[in-house]
Order: sequence, then C-alpha cells, then structure tokens
Amino acid sequence: MMPASTTRPRGGGRPERPKGPDGRTAAPRTEPAPLRGGLWRACAARSSVELKGFFRNKQSLVFTLSFPLLLLVVFGAIFKGKAAGTDTDLRQMFMAGTIAAGVMSTAFSGLAISVAIERDTGLVRRLAGTPMPKSAYFVGKLVRVVVTTVLETALLMTVAIGVFGLPLPATGGRWFVLGWDLTLGTAACTLLGFAYSALIPNARSAAAVVTPVFMVMQFISGIFFPFHELPPWMQEIAAFFPLKWMAQGLRSVFLPDSFTAVEPAGTWELGRTALVLALWTGAGLVLTAATFRWRGPRVR
Amino acid sequence: MRKNVGRDPVVVRGLTRNYGKTAALRGVDLEVRRGEVFALLGPNGAGKTTTVEILCGARGRTAGDVRVLGCDPAEDRRAWRARIGVVPQTTGAFPDLTVREVVRSFAAMYPAPLPVDRVLDMVGLAARRDTLTSTLSGGQQRRLDVAVGVVGDPELLFLDEPTTGLDPAARREAWELVRFFAARGTTTLLTTHYLDEAEELAERAAVIVAGQVVACGGLADLGGRGHRPATVAFRASGALAGRAMPAGLPGDARVDRDGDSVVVHTDTPTAALAALLPWAAAAGALELPELRVHRATLEEAYLDLIGVRNAAHPGDGTDTDGKERAA
Repeated sequence: MMPASTTRPRGGGRPERPKGPDGRTAAPRTEPAPLRGGLWRACAARSSVELKGFFRNKQSLVFTLSFPLLLLVVFGAIFKGKAAGTDTDLRQMFMAGTIAAGVMSTAFSGLAISVAIERDTGLVRRLAGTPMPKSAYFVGKLVRVVVTTVLETALLMTVAIGVFGLPLPATGGRWFVLGWDLTLGTAACTLLGFAYSALIPNARSAAAVVTPVFMVMQFISGIFFPFHELPPWMQEIAAFFPLKWMAQGLRSVFLPDSFTAVEPAGTWELGRTALVLALWTGAGLVLTAATFRWRGPRVR
Repeated sequence: MRKNVGRDPVVVRGLTRNYGKTAALRGVDLEVRRGEVFALLGPNGAGKTTTVEILCGARGRTAGDVRVLGCDPAEDRRAWRARIGVVPQTTGAFPDLTVREVVRSFAAMYPAPLPVDRVLDMVGLAARRDTLTSTLSGGQQRRLDVAVGVVGDPELLFLDEPTTGLDPAARREAWELVRFFAARGTTTLLTTHYLDEAEELAERAAVIVAGQVVACGGLADLGGRGHRPATVAFRASGALAGRAMPAGLPGDARVDRDGDSVVVHTDTPTAALAALLPWAAAAGALELPELRVHRATLEEAYLDLIGVRNAAHPGDGTDTDGKERAA
C-alpha cells in the first residue's frame, strides 16, 4: 500500500529526499511565481463533474426533464380551445410559459438548492481550500444549467409539435429571439440562483426556502394562468422580475403576432425584454459577488 | 535561541478569535518548523479546529499576527493555496462520482499534482478507485478526504483529526502517509485526540486548553514530564506494616503514606529501591507487595495540563466554554 520510503525524521535531522512518485528525485521547491492560468483546466474539471452528476443521477435527471413536460401535458389536458380574446390555441401559449418555467426551475431553484447542499456536504469548503480560480465553480454550474435548458427546451418542443401539432417558430427572426431570450433568461436566473443561495441556511431547508419564490413567480408571471387575464396590479409586480419577460419573449417566438392584441403593452416589447433580462443578469452578478461565501458558519 | 524564526512555515502571535462574546482563542502563539510534524492537542472545544481553520484561511480571526508560508492566510492567494493541503475535520460527500473522478477533479486545480493513481494507492483506495463514493464505508470516505487534501503535493499540510473514525489498521496506514510526506519534506500540522498518535508521528506538540496554549515543546518533555519525579509505590503490609522508612532513601525523596499504601517520589528511583530492598529484607519481606516504579507518561502530563486529574469532577476540564464550531 505505502511507498517504501520513510525514514523517520526525528531529532531535527532532515531525512534524505526520497524519490518522488514520478520516479524523479523530489527537487527542493523554489518560491513559486504568482499562479496564472489553469482557469480552463479548472473549468473543464468542474463542468465534467457537474455533467456527470446530472446524467448519472437518474431520478434527478428524469424529474428535471419531465417537470415542464408534465406541466405542458396537464395544461394541454385541462385547457382546450382558444385563449380568451384571441384565436390562438391555449396549449401554444402554455408551451411558451412552460419553457420559461423549466429554465427557472433548473437555473434558479435547482441551482440554489445544489449550492446549499454542496455547502453542507463539504464540497464548497474543499474547493475553497484549493487554488481553483473561484469562477470555475460558477462556470461548472452554468454549463450544467445550459445543457439542461437545451435538452428541456428541445424535449418540450418535440412533444408540443409531435403530440399537440403546434407549429415550429415560423421565421429565422423568431429562432433568433428564441436564442437570445433563452440565453439572457438562463443567465439571469443562474446568477440570481447563486445570489439567492445566500439566504438558504442549510440543505435541509433549501427546498422550503426556494420553492415559494418559484411558485409565486409562476403564478404572477403568466405560467399557470394567461398573463393577460391576471389583475393589472399583479401584472405590474411581475413586470419587476425576469420570469414574466422571459415568458413574454417566448410567446413572441411561438405565438402569432395577432396575439399582441391581448399583451399589456399591445406589442411584444422585445427591446424592453432584452433590457430587463440583461439588467437582472448584471444585478445577479453583482449580488453573487457581494454575497457568495466560501467560508463561514454555513460552509461545513 | 534559534535563528530564522521568521522563516518558519507557520508563525502565530497573539491569535485571538471571538464568537460574539465568547473567546474561542485567547492569544495563541505557535511556531511550526520547516519539515517537522507538529501536533496540536487539546480537549474538545479547546480551539484546535478554530486554529487550523484560521491558519488554512477557512476562517477569519479577531486579532493577532499569522504568517503561513510567509503569507497572511486571510489574503487567500492562489499561489499560496497551491502550496498547502487541507484535510478538514468533517467528512466530505461527493455524490455520483467515482473515487478516481473525485481525486482527479481536485488534481486539476493544482499546478503540479501527484499522479492520481499514486495518491489512491497511498491512502489505500486503489482497489475501490472505480466505485461510486456513495458506496464507500465511513473510514474509506475519510481516506478519500485525505487523498483530496494531499493530491496537490503540498509543502505544508493541515490535518484536522485525520484518523478519527478509522479502524486501527487504517490508522496505521494514515500514519504511514504522514511519514511519507514528512520524508518528502512536507511540514505537517495535525490535530488529534490520540496521544499515541502524537507520540508516534510528531516531533513537537502544543496543548491548547480553553483557547490558550498551556504547553508547547518536544514530545519527550511536553508539560515538563522529563523533569517530573518518578514514583516507587508498594504496599507496606504484613511484616512491613507500621515500620519507619529506611534512612538511606535519596535526599530528594518525598514519602506519601496512606494506611498501607506507600508512594515515594524521587528523581532517582533506582537509589530509592537500593535502600528499600534491604530494609524490607531485614523485616523478613523478600518481596515488596504490589511494587510499581513509574515515570510520567504523555497521557498523565496531558491530563495534568488540561486539568482533568485531581479535579473534583473529572469531566470539568474537558468541557471548556468556547465552542469549537460555534458560528
């Protein structure tokens, strides 16, 4: 088991340096220069760990991917016909909403809970004890969220198109909006998830601290109910938060332009959507930088 | 006096840490010399873990000067991190990964890590390298902690109770690992409850009680045990009962008699016996009943230091106020 190396250094005498594990004589160490580089390697290592965790944990994999799908199927079964005041299929509207809800579920809820768990299981403390560039931890999580989001969205669109016969985005422009809306929405939710994890005291309470926010956001942002049928004051509160804007951007991708008749502003407000999501991304970055803790009483 | 104290890998002066109004550390001074294994002893809650956590930058301090490899740990520089290894007291969990994947993911963070398979060999996990960490036993998970802590080939290694929870064979393997790194020139600071572990591994040790260092020095002389008198104890029963002690006892001998029981404290127990044996023979006792000659063990010196022996309630000394892991 052990390398046959060890003379016991007693009485102040220094032992002869044994052969290093690589066979070379371990050279006396020199003072190292400031450590540069290694960011790519660290990010790759963390991303690989995150993706292995995602694909190997079958329960979590199935649940994560099936949550928005379940929402879509349930909505598709309950609500038939056209959205009030439009000639748009209700299920088409819910598909836009469930994609947004799926992003928030993985990027915000799932991520914040995983950070709380990793503070409890000792991973955060151990990583903080290595020379890992701190950003590598966040990059690894982001990679997992992005892969999840892409898979989830593809799955939802496949089911919506294959089972419900809904149309694909009609123009290149709409695909482009789908791309940036998901990108900005995922970035905002991910960074806000890191920031929100600062409010979670421990892994046991993580779900209880995260879920109410997620549920309330879904109710007021037009995921569970058509947004244009919500009371105006609720619409105004929802307009402060990213989920409403992400869902609105997705409606612009999947719904006909005639649907803007019932949108609160009468248009898709794409410019404002991009602005709000970008602002929340920036705010999430600042909040994460200010509140994320690598040590302290919550890091075990 | 030694020179180059400033070059010692760990130099601590007046280290203080308060948790609210509770003082967990009250002015700790320490030096750990290059290449040595240094043990930090003390009862639960004395401040060992707090000290180690401050030294490896996992915890802030209230006051005091701390230099670890020439840097202030609070600065948390990457180049500095690359030179130290930390095995925390708590066992980590790494779900959904195999043993080798965990160690490899940590090796990727260091500029010059040890080969992963070699490290697994060293901690005795080679046979389980491809199993998921969730199926490891408690002792194996602890070994994985050690592997993760040493894979960066540290120059200075912090081990916080590395062998707690290990079976005797696994403990010996952990000791071999400490010796391997010591032979490699690694400086090691370890905390432990086990005095045999300290005696086995360390050249020097400090005892912390209630946030203060009550003794620091070489293991052979910790708590002044090299200078403590030996005792010669026997039972003065039968023919010896009530007889006066012989005149020939060494000059420094102090005799405690309690009924039959006789204890002679002296620095020269052989001379004391030379006087006692003819004295007993003259009374017709060729054997001194229940004869014991005893020198202070590390355990006794330690228990004296932490104030457990001679205390009215033996538990009192171990429950010190500062909670080691209080928020």
